[in-house]
Parts: sequence; C-alpha cells; structure tokens
Amino acid sequence: MAIELPKKQAVIVGVGWAGGIVAAELAKAGIEVLGLERGADRTPADFIMQKDEMKYALDHDLMQDLSKETVSFRNDKDMTALPMRQTGSFVLGTDLGGAGIHWNGQAPRFFPYDFEIRTHTIDRYGEDKIEEGITLQDWGITYDELEPYYTKWEKTAGISGEQNDMTPWMSEEYPTPPMKETPAIRLFKDAASDLGLHPHQRPSANLSENYTNPDGKTIYQCQFCSFCERFGCDYQAKSDPLITVIPTAVDTGNFEIKTHANVREVEHEDGKAVGVYYIDGNDGQQYYQPADMVILTTYVLNNTRLMLQSGIGQPYDPETEEGVVGKHYCYQIMSGAQGMFEDKQFNLYAGAGALGGGVEDYNGDNFDHSDLDFIHGGVLSLNQTGIRPIETNPVPPDTKSWGSEFKKASTHYFYRTLSIGSQGASMPYRYNYLDLDPTYTDENGDPLLRMTYNFTDQDRKLAAHQAERSEEIMKQMGADIVTQTNQATGDYNIVPYQTTHNTGGTIMGASSETSVVNNYSQVWDCENLFVVGASTFTHNGGNNPTPTVGALAYRAAEGMLEYFENPGILVEDED
Amino acid sequence: MADEKKSSGLTRREFIKNGSFAVGGLIGGGLIGGMLFNTSSDTATSGGDHDHGNGSNDYMEARLFFKRQEDFRVLSSAVERIFPEDEVGPGAIALSVPYFIDRQLAGSWGFNAREYMDGPFEEGEDTQGTQSALLRRDAFLQGVRLIQKEAKASHDGENYFDLTEEQQDAILEKFEAGDVDMNGMSSSQFFSLLRVATLRGVYSDPVYGGNKNMDGWRMKKYPGGQMAYMDIIEDEEFHDMEPISLHEHHN
Ligand SMILES: Cc1cc2nc3c(=O)[nH]c(=O)nc-3n(C[C@H](O)[C@H](O)[C@H](O)COP(=O)(O)OP(=O)(O)OC[C@H]3O[C@@H](n4cnc5c(N)ncnc54)[C@H](O)[C@@H]3O)c2cc1C
Ligand code: SF4
Repeated sequence: MAIELPKKQAVIVGVGWAGGIVAAELAKAGIEVLGLERGADRTPADFIMQKDEMKYALDHDLMQDLSKETVSFRNDKDMTALPMRQTGSFVLGTDLGGAGIHWNGQAPRFFPYDFEIRTHTIDRYGEDKIEEGITLQDWGITYDELEPYYTKWEKTAGISGEQNDMTPWMSEEYPTPPMKETPAIRLFKDAASDLGLHPHQRPSANLSENYTNPDGKTIYQCQFCSFCERFGCDYQAKSDPLITVIPTAVDTGNFEIKTHANVREVEHEDGKAVGVYYIDGNDGQQYYQPADMVILTTYVLNNTRLMLQSGIGQPYDPETEEGVVGKHYCYQIMSGAQGMFEDKQFNLYAGAGALGGGVEDYNGDNFDHSDLDFIHGGVLSLNQTGIRPIETNPVPPDTKSWGSEFKKASTHYFYRTLSIGSQGASMPYRYNYLDLDPTYTDENGDPLLRMTYNFTDQDRKLAAHQAERSEEIMKQMGADIVTQTNQATGDYNIVPYQTTHNTGGTIMGASSETSVVNNYSQVWDCENLFVVGASTFTHNGGNNPTPTVGALAYRAAEGMLEYFENPGILVEDED
Repeated sequence: MADEKKSSGLTRREFIKNGSFAVGGLIGGGLIGGMLFNTSSDTATSGGDHDHGNGSNDYMEARLFFKRQEDFRVLSSAVERIFPEDEVGPGAIALSVPYFIDRQLAGSWGFNAREYMDGPFEEGEDTQGTQSALLRRDAFLQGVRLIQKEAKASHDGENYFDLTEEQQDAILEKFEAGDVDMNGMSSSQFFSLLRVATLRGVYSDPVYGGNKNMDGWRMKKYPGGQMAYMDIIEDEEFHDMEPISLHEHHN
C-alpha cells in the first residue's frame, strides 16, 4: 500500500550535479519541482574542520552505505555474481549533492572524436580497426552541438583552466585562470615539453580566484588544504551542487527537496511516466508521488536499475544483442608510472583535488593509431591532490610490506614519490553489461544491480601503451626508481580503488533500436521520462566525466522545457 | 631541495585571526569561504594548545572490546612486529595502536556496520572481493588466539608475547602466507586486516586513540589537518611543520 501525495509538475529522483542542474533550470522557468533524494540533508557547515583521513577517505563517511544497497559483480556470465560487500573499485555518492560534494573537481571536456567515435574510426582506419565484440556507437550528438552546454556548465562552476593545441576547442576561455603550479607539476610539465608533448594545467573546479556565477552564486578561492578528494570543502572553494545549482533552484521558491526518500520504481502507463514510488526513511512508509514529468538523476547504477525495475525499455541481452537497457557499461582503464626521487622532497601533504598538470597528446585520436592495435587513449596527468599517511606508503619494489624495513622505506619515500596516471578510455564490449541480480536484494527487498564486466584486449593494450608513455615522462623527470603501474594486466578486480567514472546502461544515440535516450536524455520509449547522467554515455572517454554530465544535463533541461510547451519526442528517431 | 624549513601550523582560530596568512594579501572574511568564520566555536576559550603530555588521554587506555588480557597482549606484540620501535621512531605500542584497535573493534568498524552482510555467502573469485560472513571483531578474536596457539604449539607452550622477535615474525609470516587454518577467512586475509588496522592506528587522527601525541605523524613529517597551504604551495623547499589534530581545531 502506498500513500498517494498531491501531484507535482516535475519530480527529480536523486539530487547531485545532474539533478541539481535540472532542478535549477526548471525552477527558474517556473516549473514546480520536487527533488527526492535517498540520502540525508547536507549543508556546507557539515564540511567545516572535518580533516579526518580515516573517517572520510578510508571509511567513506560521505558515501553510500553498502549495508543498505550495493551491486553484485562477476567478470563474465560463467561466474555467479556476488555482492560488492566492501567499497572498493569505485565509491558511490549519497546524500544531498551526491558525489559532487566529495569529487576532486578535475573538469576536462571530452573530445570531438568521442561523440563520433565509430564514424571517425572507420573513416580514418577502416572498419577492421574495431576489434571483434567492441560495439562502438556514435552518440547521436556532435561535440559542436554540445559545446555551448559545456560552456554553460563551466560558467556555473567557475572552472579554472587553460587551453593548448591538444585540448578540445572552446568557444570561450575558462571563466577563471589556471591554478598555481607546484614544483612537482613543473617538473612533469618540463619533462613532457622536453619530449615534444603539450602539457597544460588541468581544468579545475577548485577555483584559482573568487568567482560569482551567472546565477549569482559565489565560489571562493581554493586554499590548497588537501582534504579535497573524498571530502567536502571547508571554504566553498570546490564547486559543488550545494553551493551552486541547488540553492539556485531553492531560491526560486519552486524547488522542494525531500531527503530520506528512496525511490524504488517509476510508474508508467501507455508509454508515459505517471509518478514514482518511494520509501520515506523517516517513517518507513511507501509513498506514491504523481508527476507530469519524471527525471532520473541517480547516477549510472541506479539510473539503470530503476529503468529495469520499472520495466521501461527492453533489457539488453548479450547473447542476441537485442534490447538496450543495461548495454554498454563502461569504466576506465587506469595505468601509469611511479617515480621515486632520492634527493628531493616535495610538499606533497599540500594540494587540491584538481591540482595537476596533464598532457592530452595520447588521448582520443590526437595521436596516430595506424600502427597500434587499439583505439583511443587517455589523459596522462600528474596530480597533486595531497597525500595522507594511512593510505600513502610508497616503497620500492620488493620491499617487505611490514616490519622495520617497511617502516623505514615508507617514511623515507613519503614525500619523495610522484605518480603519473592515465585515465584510459573504455570501449563498449558486447558482454559487459548491467541487469538485475537474481539472488541478492537491497534493504527494501528489491534486486541489486548486477554488473558483468571485464577488461578486454583493447583495454589491456591501451593501458600498457599509456604506462609506457608515463614511464618515459617519469624517467625524463629524473626519478631514480621508476615503475609502471597498471590495473589492467589481468581481469578486472572490484577490490582495489580505480576510479568512480562508471558509465553506460541507459545510453544515448540517434535511434531507439540502439539506445535508451535521445540527445536530450529523453527516453525513446517513455517520452516524459528523462534519464540524465553518465549512464547515457555511449562509451567512456579518456577524461573525467562530470563536465560532460553537466553539459548533457543543461541540454536535457532545455529539452524538458520544450516538452512542457510541445509534448512529444524531441528528436527524430533514425530507427 | 635539501634545505628544510621549520614552520609552525595554524589552528582554525589562529588562521582566522591572521587573515593574510593564506590569501596572498587579500584579507577579510568575504574573500575566502564564509562558513569557516561563522561557526560558533570561534568564541570558545578552551583548548587550542598542544598537549604533548600524557594527561587526560590516558583514561582512554583501557580495554573496551578485548575481555581477556591474554588476547590483548598477543595483539600488542603482533602489531609491534608489524610496526616496530626502531631508529625511525616509536612503534605500534608506544603509539597506542593496541588500544586504538580495541576501540575500533568495539564500534561500527568491528561490526562491519556499513558493509553488505546479507547472505547467501559464497566463496567467489578473488576479483569479487571479500565474501566473508565473519565480523571483524570475531576475526580478531579468532586470529589472535590462533597466533597464540601457533606460538604454544611450536615453542613448548610459550606465550606469543614471550617469544623472540624472530620467532614472532616467523609466526606472522605463516599467517601472511595463508598457511594457518582459519574459519570464515584465510589467515592471509586476517594478516592484511591486522596490518591495515595497525597502519590506521599509527597514522589516524589521535581522536581515535592511536597516533599518540601525533608522534606517528611527526615520524612521517605529516602536518595533520592544517588549515591551508596557500603560502607554500609553490615553494621548492620542503616545509616541516608541527602537526595539527582535530582536537586543536574543534576546541
Ligand atoms: C572520490 C571521487 C572523485 C571524483 N572526482 C571527479 C573529478 O575530479 N572529475 C570529474 O569529472 N568527476 C569526478 N568524480 C565523478 C563525479 O563525482 C560524478 O561524475 C558526478 O558527481 C555525478 O553526478 P550525478 O548527479 O550524475 O550523480 P551523483 O552525484 O552520484 O548523484 C546521484 C544522487 O542520487 C541519489 N540516489 C541514488 N539512488 C536513488 C534512489 N533510488 N532514490 C533517490 N535518490 C537516489 C544519490 O543518493 C545521489 O545523491 C569523482 C567521484 C568520486 C566518488
Ligand atoms: S583543496 Fe581547495 S577546493 Fe579542495 S577542499 Fe581544500 S580549499 Fe577546498
């Protein structure tokens, strides 16, 4: 039994960056919006003087409580999927503001190549370049079409950055100048330049100066406090939804937020969404919230799970390759190089989540792949995010992992170790997908999302290439001990942290045959339902996802407003 | 970069008073994030001073979780081998790591409170992560008792904590290699749990009872939770600062 509530014009499920952007745009246009967020309320006051590595960085205080809900995982269909019992490979956001609170703030765009990857790859290298089983698709939107929305998001967030010959073209400069360089970053950039590469200061949502955005919200100057990745900011200096889009929406008087509202299902009739069911964590009751429009912004995993649970769209079947929901789950392939310097100590306790130097020379199709047996690449960067003592214990290869030998080495090398990392792009693979688990359930008894995922040969070759390039730069930097790092030498393992750049499941495309949503993030099969976020990425690029999430969210909001005026499918189906 | 500069850290209150410290000459509450300046403890009068003594903290050095002293003594000796006192600095016992672990096991970490603990429990592949139904608190009891059992079996009934360092290490190595039978997890999993718990106790904020007097941090020249590094972020020279803990910030 559900308690029925008065109808709303729009209900947004999940209030992070994606939900916040949509809320702000709809509320500003006078639409009455309700945000349902499963987690708790949060304000910037929750982040003051919380410099506690164990609580936040290791025990994930700001993140999803897995005792309530997790995913199950297997590498392939011959394995039984088992629950991810402890947080590992990725860390999921929860509470008001979502992962946008504890993100790093690295804010690069994807490349024009990404959006037309299939067409471009075939044009330049021929169809044979695409390995068997790699189900490459264009996105149904070009970079040039999306460009204004990137600009819009960057202005909302006040991004600090700079461009060069290797970064994607921009119609306007970044709103604020690039962040400061540290000696470690300078060393990286000088070495990269020596090797003929094109280093730049990474675009950052930790701001280089105070900035007031077009909605009148101020973001302050970053103090390099280093409790940034996995933490909220003390200074409101890291752009996040709580200091930008959420208050922008609330200030209009048109946005109401309910926290502890865990949505289980979208109710739909005759190809239209009519409302959502949620459990209120305060009283444990189930409620039914009717609405004219439903927007899912619950991140990649729950966007896909809610679609499957609600029975909207055809679930993907890897055997027949029919169906679309759950298809193209992608990740990122992390590799790089570590360097130890005997005679140098860097002030590595200092930093910021998005403070870094990068090179885009080995990303996208910025380099010739004719003689390489993979496509795409990834950004190589040296980030100074601020190291902390429990998690950071670098020791040379073959050092014992405990005892006096370990203690000596890990304290000695603590400030003498630098890393270069590549965020390797992740191509869709026929057998990597998401569906509902047949056995394990969440706290409400609903099936967990089941992830079937492994690295492919394409991934392993890409990762090896990026590790070699990173090693070259690290050697040029003059490190005494250089070792390659690579998460993708064997099977994907859900235990070690890699990245929270999951994508896919409700992908975007030009045709309802091959995708779940069109380029307004509108569900082909349910026209007043929009699914927004990285779940709509058709593959994952070689860079951080949030600017692309932000751009797609701004475009989606435009589509929603258009829909309120003229209901119907907003883009012609190329089916 | 061989030269090191000794600087002293700033608590939140000192930082706020000394507005020019971090903002490159831009002084005033309007220029850096507002919240920091508006929290009520600005007016608090207590605390703030560094307490390197053994004062009040000692009340916390009592067991909450381990009922049997024998278990606790085994634990203490084992963590001291993982992080021994040596020329680099204090070891796990001096840093109060055994009490830290005891308190952790008494609380939510010991109960795996924020982890998915529903069945069915199946062994699975390594790539799927731990599938153990065993709570950490039970794993520790089982583990330390097995360490003691190994000691007694291989050394004529002697206690683990009475063995030589080499003998103690040999037993831990056996656990590390997975060569001891445990129920509900492998001995190598238990060993890595013990190792991680030790490192947490050495380096977490002293509020949790380890890292006594912040000496774990000092050993690593880690400055703790400083307010800001704006003034040194571009410097070539290494800055070694007096650390700051949550205690200083919250009082
Ligand atoms: C540690 C970390 C560092 C990161 N660093 C970067 C970076 O430097 N650069 C970058 O580009 N990206 C980064 N990311 C990724 C970035 O955080 C995400 O891309 C972004 O926050 C996603 O926004 P979102 O709104 O789509 O999802 P989220 O922020 O995850 O928001 C989803 C919201 O939906 C809620 N929700 C979920 N299910 C339900 C339900 N059933 N009912 C109601 N509510 C629900 C959740 O509680 C959450 O609040 C990082 C992520 C992490 C974890
Ligand atoms: S490093 Fe900068 S942006 Fe990040 S939390 Fe600290 S002050 Fe905020």
